[in-house]
Amino acid sequence: MAFAAFTTNAAPVEPTQRRKSPIALFLLLPGMLYLVLFFLTPLVSLLLTSFQTPLVNGDVGQFSYAFQWENYVQVVTDYWPHILRSFGYALVATVLALAFSYPLAYFIGVKARKWPLMQSLMLVLVIAPFFISFLLRTLAWKQLLSDESFVITSLKALSLMAPDAHFTGTPAAVIFGLTYNFIPFMTLPLYSTLERLDVRYLEAGNDLYASPFQVFRKVTIPLSMPGIVAGTLLTFIPAAGDYINASRDFLGGPDTQMVGNVIEANFLVLLNYPAAAALSIILMSVILVIVTIYVKRAGTEELL
Amino acid sequence: MAIGTFAESGADLELVGIQKRFPGFTAIENLDLTIPAGSFFALLGPSGCGKTTTLRLVAGLEDPTTGRILIGGQDVTSQKPYQRPVNTVFQSYALFPHMTVLENVAFGLRRRKIGDPVAKAHEALRLVELDHLASRRPIQLSGGQQQRVALARALVNRPALLLLDEPLGALDLKLRRQMQLELKTIQEEVGLTFLHVTHDQEEAMTMADTVAVMNKGQIEQMGPPQQLYELPKTAFVANFLGQSNLFTGSVVGNTSTSIAVDIAGTRMVVPTSRAHRHAGEITIGVRPEKLSLHTEAPPVDSGRNLLGPGRVVDVSFSGVSTQYLVDVPGCGTIVVFAQNMAFGPVAHEGAEVWVSWNIDHGFGLDDDPADAPRFEADTDTQSIAAHRRDALLTELEEV
Amino acid sequence: MKISLGKWLLPVYSALALIFLMVPIVYTFIFSFNDSLKSNVAWRGFTLDKWLNVCTVQNGAVCQAFGNSLVIGAVATVFATVLGTMIAIAIVRYRFRFRTQTNLLLFLPMATPEVVLGAGLAAQFLALGVPKSMTTIILAHTMFCISFVVVTVKARVSSLDPALEEAGRDLYGSPTQVFLRVTFPLLLPGILAAALLSFALSFDDFIITNFNSGSVTTFPKYIYISAARGIPAEANVIASAVFIFALVIVVTAQVSKAAREKRLARQN
Repeated sequence: MAFAAFTTNAAPVEPTQRRKSPIALFLLLPGMLYLVLFFLTPLVSLLLTSFQTPLVNGDVGQFSYAFQWENYVQVVTDYWPHILRSFGYALVATVLALAFSYPLAYFIGVKARKWPLMQSLMLVLVIAPFFISFLLRTLAWKQLLSDESFVITSLKALSLMAPDAHFTGTPAAVIFGLTYNFIPFMTLPLYSTLERLDVRYLEAGNDLYASPFQVFRKVTIPLSMPGIVAGTLLTFIPAAGDYINASRDFLGGPDTQMVGNVIEANFLVLLNYPAAAALSIILMSVILVIVTIYVKRAGTEELL
Repeated sequence: MAIGTFAESGADLELVGIQKRFPGFTAIENLDLTIPAGSFFALLGPSGCGKTTTLRLVAGLEDPTTGRILIGGQDVTSQKPYQRPVNTVFQSYALFPHMTVLENVAFGLRRRKIGDPVAKAHEALRLVELDHLASRRPIQLSGGQQQRVALARALVNRPALLLLDEPLGALDLKLRRQMQLELKTIQEEVGLTFLHVTHDQEEAMTMADTVAVMNKGQIEQMGPPQQLYELPKTAFVANFLGQSNLFTGSVVGNTSTSIAVDIAGTRMVVPTSRAHRHAGEITIGVRPEKLSLHTEAPPVDSGRNLLGPGRVVDVSFSGVSTQYLVDVPGCGTIVVFAQNMAFGPVAHEGAEVWVSWNIDHGFGLDDDPADAPRFEADTDTQSIAAHRRDALLTELEEV
Repeated sequence: MKISLGKWLLPVYSALALIFLMVPIVYTFIFSFNDSLKSNVAWRGFTLDKWLNVCTVQNGAVCQAFGNSLVIGAVATVFATVLGTMIAIAIVRYRFRFRTQTNLLLFLPMATPEVVLGAGLAAQFLALGVPKSMTTIILAHTMFCISFVVVTVKARVSSLDPALEEAGRDLYGSPTQVFLRVTFPLLLPGILAAALLSFALSFDDFIITNFNSGSVTTFPKYIYISAARGIPAEANVIASAVFIFALVIVVTAQVSKAAREKRLARQN
């Protein structure tokens, strides 16, 4: 979806009849088997793990297979604030990213068409953050927005912030971090769609008595919907599962823990594998529901 | 025919009982075709008639569902494209973008391990007058130049049979005319067998020794261009090659040399030698340019057919000639092409005219009129508008 | 979107937006010159020291982590690119059953949150009793890179004119020869782009690595671990160096492409 923006500008050629040949099997099997082995099976593993029960007389971290569906009840009871928080933060971050990215993508994709080199260079700047480890990016913001930083001290000096307020460690900071980190994920699909937007539609709208705002609402937005949907999916889904931004070492604080943090803690620290697995399955299920709705409307050919 | 050597001359092509079915539709019903060696053969037909499929079958890019393909007497049906002594000039040229022009032309030679491919490639490029562009990339060439490189790339392999898939379609009119002549010259010089697929009837008639008109997976008629044009066998051929005026009626008289047909009360005569059917309901026709337009009733002439009086419904000037649409009651709308020998049309709209033609210029179709439409329904917008205008005027007059 | 405020609104906004995006990068770059001790938070002074002596004995951990990331990236890229390219060709060119399921299975890894991917694989390795090591990391990275390779190469294969391969066959090329001399050279730009993307994803991955690495440290993992204690400036140096390197490659590619197109346009 998104990465097609970078691969080729050539239009796809009319496909001739696809051939039926045993070669197809030879080409598909290795990769698909690999995915079944290392993607599907782990998911199944996760599902099985989520039902496990502690081993009788066992150490911490030792479980046996069972059907303890109560695990799910347990994790939801313990962690429902985190679950809601994750989707809440992700939603806000997605909306903010959309608001931030759309004008940028519009400028690069529509207004800057006359200067293709500048278009390319601006796109490079959009994806440039990818070239620096996102941990370092997030840390940079932590330093830049910490209580002793230039930005915060200035805001306090200008009385725009209360003297004892923080930014880092608050939900706002986490959302800020999420938004920043996923802006490229939102911008690229938007750009991809807007780049193909035929401005003659906009001209037609103007010709038919629509004001610029109406043209935007009734022509531009609907036509760029595929990009909006793709960008939203690509932003919301990873954001919901992110835990770096919310981590205490980065932009988060004790009250901003997301589902990801909890899963990590349970898995790697508490060794409570069933709990971690159950939470993962819950997270995955919500995502699957969203993807299913999308696939039902658009079919699977568009996915790739 | 060994692949390692060049063909000395063109080879025969024979298609026997070919059928090609795709999932969902049948592209070729039952095709039998023989193309003699060294000839320039055109396969002509509208889109979807199966001509490109036929070409791809000969090239080996598709396999027939049933039937055999023989080149030079040898059965090549089971052979892959790289084993057949056949080369194709593709509609889109298909020049390899990542190779130079020279490398493109030398490609086939290298695959067959022919000695000294570079020299031979230069020779082929000289034949199409593009040797000075040998080190360029295809993307740097114009459409006409690319077309010539594609031709050189195919010719350099001296195939027994050269296939051309609408190669001139993307060129503008002037360039196309030029290339038509060049292709014909090259074919005669080199002596190879050319199979040219096109939907442009003028192109087919200009270049080919033999033309086959194809429709819905079958060949309707095959022969020299002039014969096809002047003596069409079916309504499809009569209307695909140029235009025809067709009339259906029953045979009312027979002499040793001619047949008389009753068309809505008028008696028309057609030479027996130019009619496929001699009794019952038949469809006869005449080409628009063979018709004469008269502003007064001409004297009766036993050597000419006469229709009229009719009314001129439309006059359309097109430089060299003028097209008249004449409505003759009972016979429908007749198309007349008149060469503009003088300035201005012979008759204006609304004028009363008669139409006549030499009996020897008519033809009789092989179609069973029960299958063919009685009168060719004229559905082009021009005549619809003309009829409508006429109807409105009549209405106004009656008020 | 024409707003009567003037046609400068959008360009100005875009410029500001791009500057905003660059802020952390510039910060990281600047602080790579910081004459820091253990933690690189407060600015102490400008020095080229860290750049000149990136990998000393004391900083062995950073460099080792960087080395690990490079190795893992290279190996995972090779596997993912080969497997993914094969799949992409099959999807575009061939008819086969279960196409919908294939598309779905390829799409899901891209849609699944990294936590789930990481936890799942870790649970799997645990259940099988496989100890975590470089190998498990490589296996994990290959897995999530395949889908991205497929997407990238698929776009390239789709834009390939099938007539070119037919011409290759028509001109006496056997299937192998057609693939080697026509198909593969034309696909190469797409395959390289996919490989680059795959390497970038692998190099920057943290979450999945964290679940599946055991004691092996990759560059992002090192940063995470040292985030609490203090990240040495050497990490900034390495990150900045990688950034500049990547930027130079991408910008050069774009500029040369633009120059080539301009030259062709003038020639015609």
